[in-house]
Amino acid sequence: MKELMLGNKAFARGLYEAGCCFVSSYPGTPSTEITEEAAKYDEIYCEWAPNEKVAMEAAFGASLAGRRVFCGMKHVGLNVAADPLYTMSYTGVNGGVIIGVADDAGMHSSQNEQDSRHHAIASKVPMLEPSDSAEALEFVKLAYELSEEYDTPFIIKMCTRVAHSQSVVKTGERVVPEKKAYEKNIPKYVMMPGNAIKRHPFVEERMKKLADWAETASINRVEQGDTKMGIITSSTSYQYVKEVFGDTVSVLKLGMVNPLPEKLIKDFAAKVEKLVVVEELDPIIENHCKALGLTVSGKDVLPICGEFSQNLLRSAFGKEIPDVRAVEDAIPMRPPVMCAGCPHRGLFYALNKNKCTVLGDIGCYTLGAVAPLSSIDMTLCMGGSVSAIHGFNKAGEGENEGKTVAVIGDSTFMHSGMTGLANIAYNQSNSTVIILDNSITGMTGHQQNPTTGYNIKGDPAGKIDLEALCKAMGFTRVRVVDPYDLAACDAAIKEELAVDEPSVIISRRPCALLKYVKHNPPLCVDKEKCIGCKSCMRIGCPAISMKDGKAHVDETLCVGCGLCEQLCPVHAFESTKKEGK
Amino acid sequence: MAETKNVMIVGVGGQGSLLASKLLGRLLLDEGYDVKVSEVHGMSQRGGSVVTYVRYGEKVYSPVIDRGEADYIVSFELLEAARWLPYLKKDGQIVTNIQQIDPMPVITGAMEYPSELVEKMKASGAKVDALDCLALAEQAGSAKAVNIVLMGRLSHYFDIPEEAWLAAMEAIVPAKFLEMNKIAFGLGKNA
Repeated sequence: MKELMLGNKAFARGLYEAGCCFVSSYPGTPSTEITEEAAKYDEIYCEWAPNEKVAMEAAFGASLAGRRVFCGMKHVGLNVAADPLYTMSYTGVNGGVIIGVADDAGMHSSQNEQDSRHHAIASKVPMLEPSDSAEALEFVKLAYELSEEYDTPFIIKMCTRVAHSQSVVKTGERVVPEKKAYEKNIPKYVMMPGNAIKRHPFVEERMKKLADWAETASINRVEQGDTKMGIITSSTSYQYVKEVFGDTVSVLKLGMVNPLPEKLIKDFAAKVEKLVVVEELDPIIENHCKALGLTVSGKDVLPICGEFSQNLLRSAFGKEIPDVRAVEDAIPMRPPVMCAGCPHRGLFYALNKNKCTVLGDIGCYTLGAVAPLSSIDMTLCMGGSVSAIHGFNKAGEGENEGKTVAVIGDSTFMHSGMTGLANIAYNQSNSTVIILDNSITGMTGHQQNPTTGYNIKGDPAGKIDLEALCKAMGFTRVRVVDPYDLAACDAAIKEELAVDEPSVIISRRPCALLKYVKHNPPLCVDKEKCIGCKSCMRIGCPAISMKDGKAHVDETLCVGCGLCEQLCPVHAFESTKKEGK
Repeated sequence: MAETKNVMIVGVGGQGSLLASKLLGRLLLDEGYDVKVSEVHGMSQRGGSVVTYVRYGEKVYSPVIDRGEADYIVSFELLEAARWLPYLKKDGQIVTNIQQIDPMPVITGAMEYPSELVEKMKASGAKVDALDCLALAEQAGSAKAVNIVLMGRLSHYFDIPEEAWLAAMEAIVPAKFLEMNKIAFGLGKNA
């Protein structure tokens, strides 16, 4: 059947059709929907793991058990999972292994713009790169065949524009290969030096064989056109090339980006007058061409930073760009903001009021850095807040600990905040860690995690008790506050910063967007009472604005959290007393 | 048809533009076109400016629409129509809701919401069809039907029979909301 399908959904369809039986992933934009869509097939066991490393190791175990498996993550997640990846390259697989990684050129929703192809090259793991949904589906099926034939995990690299674009696919039936028997094989699976030394030459030989395969593989194809210019490209860059040049150039479209073919590229180069590589982010194919002794153009005309588009290519190659028009007014930016009723808001207000140094982490709450809350001083990586506060306080020699906190979400804490907390407990810094427990993985679109009590299918599951966990690590000061209660937040922050021992504050209230959360009726402003002091504007709530010098509440957005009410010196806010949802 | 056509759907995160692009994608696929629909997920959905690209034709390559390329810009909010105006093709058409949602710089008082945007967009040479979709949606029975009102209005400019639009709607809208959405579609189309 022909249908329009999101790249990530087509990826999941490929997993289904190829007989994948086990999926373990950690959510991360733009990779999340692969696993969410896979979870809709009852035939595939799916789970959210606490982090990408755990997910990949679980997938490895499932491969040992003889099944085709998948593990999905965003580009930065592959850094977390790099440890098992680099050695799984040596052990190889039993059932086929696919690792899905989604890059985010343009940083639509990421903290950096790294190019995952480096990981494939460094770990000596083959990588395919689809350019649309149909290829995503097909490449998954192909990768499982090759994974088992060449005894290697395969990486399939998505990017935002392939992952989050819908294009036409043809679906097929599910075929499940027979389960492979697990056989004890110490030289292959026990990677101690004596065995690993013998596996390394196997890895090198395997990559040579795959490079030979790449020479004639149909996924690396030449589209012969005019020979004045020949463009080597892959992924979404291929689409921009075709959009701009059509058949007026020759194109070598690479579906496999590691290992890269040599003869195919040399032959292509020999047939064209000028050789160009069009690839987003780093010059990996370009450098490969240079290593082959070819004269090639690429990053001399195209940027390394950001994503490409058709106009960017038109401009780089001297083609005409369409005229544009605009209104003369400055258009106010509309950046993402914390939602009305977001439980993070009250806590960040209290941190800002206490002039805290706030070491932040990855999640919706990163928006706490935006004005007017402007509460966050640092955001590095998953779990980075809890580890960094320890170093900041130790090296601060007493200057920092009375005013510094780390903030981390529940899911991020489970991902890699726990190990940082262990360091605080073990090496004894006087650090205060605030776990922003909104009972869900928020930013990526509401995924369950080990603290929520539900699994990926929404069924009841194990639930980790955050208070008990912190106490078991040796923290005697563990307290819970409601972030809708500004006075309680203020008191908790003041008290925990004042004491001379490490502490954990759990700021607990579920995400306001969760369907099961009951809201209070929206508030409105008594215009007679309002003195226009703008105290309520200090929390940066999108539901509150100033109209004719008085505060105004957008009742369609307000969920009645009551923070504004707590800030108003003249009690101008009142309930609309309508039925709550 | 040889040339690829471009429709941009723009608005504020959470306004329901995904249903509109789903409807359009389904319709154009049913009409026999190659189609690509590109969305942005993740951080920008949190009340930020959002855009969906719908492209259709004999063979569609790029999943995105660039500046100066859009045949149509369908906007859920007035400021967003003005923000994305540079993406409109020379003879392109804007279909916009006149609803105004203040962005954070306006809420905090750092900037003002620009005035008379419809007139200013027209003055730039753009064809602008501005209508109160929220009022029409409420008239149809739900404020949430703004997306279908806009699609109804867009259909006015398309050479595709109304039955095809309604068939696509039947395929993607839950049965219990179908009648209301059909009314919303008609109100938009005939506005």
